[in-house]
Amino acid sequence: MKIRGRIIRLGDNVDTDVIIPARYLVTHDAEVLAKHVFEDYYPEFRVKASGGAIIVAGENFGLGSSREHAVIALKHSGVKAVVAKSFARIFYRNSINLGLPALVIREAEGLDRLKDGDEAELDVANGVLTIIKTGEKFSCDKMPEFIMKIIEAGGLINYFLKKNG
Amino acid sequence: MTGLTAIQKVVSRKTGRPRVEVGEIVEAKVDFLMLHEVTGPLAVEQFEKISGKLWDPSRVIVVFDHDVPPSTIELASQMRRMRSFVRKHGVRNFFEIGRGGIAHQVLFEEGFDVPGFLIVGADSHTCTAGATGAIGIGVGSTDAAVVLATGEIWLRVPETLLVEINGRLGKGVFAKDVALSIVGKIGSNGATYKALEYSGETVRMMSLSERLTLANLSVETGAKTGIVQTDSKSIEYAEHYGKCSGLLEVRSDHDADLEKIEMDVSNLEPVVSLPHSVDNVKPVAEVEGLEIDQAFLGSCTNGRFDDLHVAFRILRGRRIAPGVRLVVSPASVKVYTEALRAGIIEEIVRAGGIVTSPTCGACLGMSRGVLAEGEVAVSSSNRNFIGRMGDKKSRVFLASPATVAASAVEGKITDPRRLLA
Repeated sequence: MKIRGRIIRLGDNVDTDVIIPARYLVTHDAEVLAKHVFEDYYPEFRVKASGGAIIVAGENFGLGSSREHAVIALKHSGVKAVVAKSFARIFYRNSINLGLPALVIREAEGLDRLKDGDEAELDVANGVLTIIKTGEKFSCDKMPEFIMKIIEAGGLINYFLKKNG
Repeated sequence: MTGLTAIQKVVSRKTGRPRVEVGEIVEAKVDFLMLHEVTGPLAVEQFEKISGKLWDPSRVIVVFDHDVPPSTIELASQMRRMRSFVRKHGVRNFFEIGRGGIAHQVLFEEGFDVPGFLIVGADSHTCTAGATGAIGIGVGSTDAAVVLATGEIWLRVPETLLVEINGRLGKGVFAKDVALSIVGKIGSNGATYKALEYSGETVRMMSLSERLTLANLSVETGAKTGIVQTDSKSIEYAEHYGKCSGLLEVRSDHDADLEKIEMDVSNLEPVVSLPHSVDNVKPVAEVEGLEIDQAFLGSCTNGRFDDLHVAFRILRGRRIAPGVRLVVSPASVKVYTEALRAGIIEEIVRAGGIVTSPTCGACLGMSRGVLAEGEVAVSSSNRNFIGRMGDKKSRVFLASPATVAASAVEGKITDPRRLLA
């Protein structure tokens, strides 16, 4: 499973309140949520993500509220995967459950060399992020087999239907 | 073989095995599943894709709490959807507007938080259930959907970080100050994927209400759950209010493999979390005198009777400063009723405060006390992220109910010790 997109760099502790503020939790309509993604914190995000994006973030991505709306908003604004130094646990589960790959990358990989706007390819199964222009490769931790199966199925609901189908 | 941690014991029991190991991924049986009107509709939609039948209608809890009564057509519609789900599937534990309150408080009051029970909630503060030794785990809607269908959840058995707290709290220093200090010490990422377990003489001296505050903030360290070791108080709760009997003794063995940190709170001062992260904890003294626009007393963290009562002690015979509003949202109908009976509500209103229906409301900037651009709030709630309580340029300082009430009286952030008789 390979994913292509432009890198969007984010810092540490990006919480789910800034991804999608509570005032929009009145619906789970993907279009509406995507329209307001990062509205207060990073208003240009939506336009930047629209052609397909891979988020590269720091520590504790997705902390705070359990709102799955955050993953829906990211996915439908064009985010194809999130790569971060670490994830908050509920966001991590939500991301996997909705089929959005979430991979951990180590600082030692030299995150500074992953530039905002660079076109990149992520080999999800092998945990390799490649910058298209330079061919430079970065390794991420491979996702556990059980989690990879959920991602391959396209999320927990499809995984469940397949398993029990 | 080493001893077991509290979480290992509970998860072992919920998987029907003598022993599960830390780091293992297991499928555990859930005792209760909680949904509210914000995360519930998506959970129901996902559930309906995979099943037509609830695993057990007596184990599903639906509470309306985030915006009660609803202030928008959209939220009213989400509630309508949840009511129809409740009717269709015969959900027994449904807490309609005016009959419940904030979910985590309702779970406690109604006796769902049985020691050793595994409670999954589609809300991050589900860890509040740990106050009585239940294991509360917050998840998103899709995880909740699978629980609705199967009664099971996949979990990674977490490492344990034991937090031992000793020392007697000084005057004007409360469980909230302890809890915020723990978040400050561990950091917002310091216990990610772990279980926190609370022990020590300070914790043993705390009432169950104070323990709810302590357990509630566990998630702000990234933890999966926070468990207060059981003792006579939690066992008495289980016997009097518990839906059924649980494991009762929930604590790690002396030789269990765990990390431990110790805290002495004898000299702890009232603290605040400065914007925009919960772990940015400083003594109140550092920001004393900063002018505020709003003081909020409420939330699953600090909206209980004793929280309102301490505010009452400070407000009695005083008035809220001109230009400042005090918004009070009791955590439940029961809290509201008790506060009415004790004359607390009347005193808050007389002092110039406003009392809303029991709801999460202002805590997450959803309704009843939203902040405008540039406004400053001191709040007894649990998060101060950018835009959490309203405009992206508003600022939220988290503190104890006493600090909130004292600040409302003075119109600026105030050390409550000066106003507490």
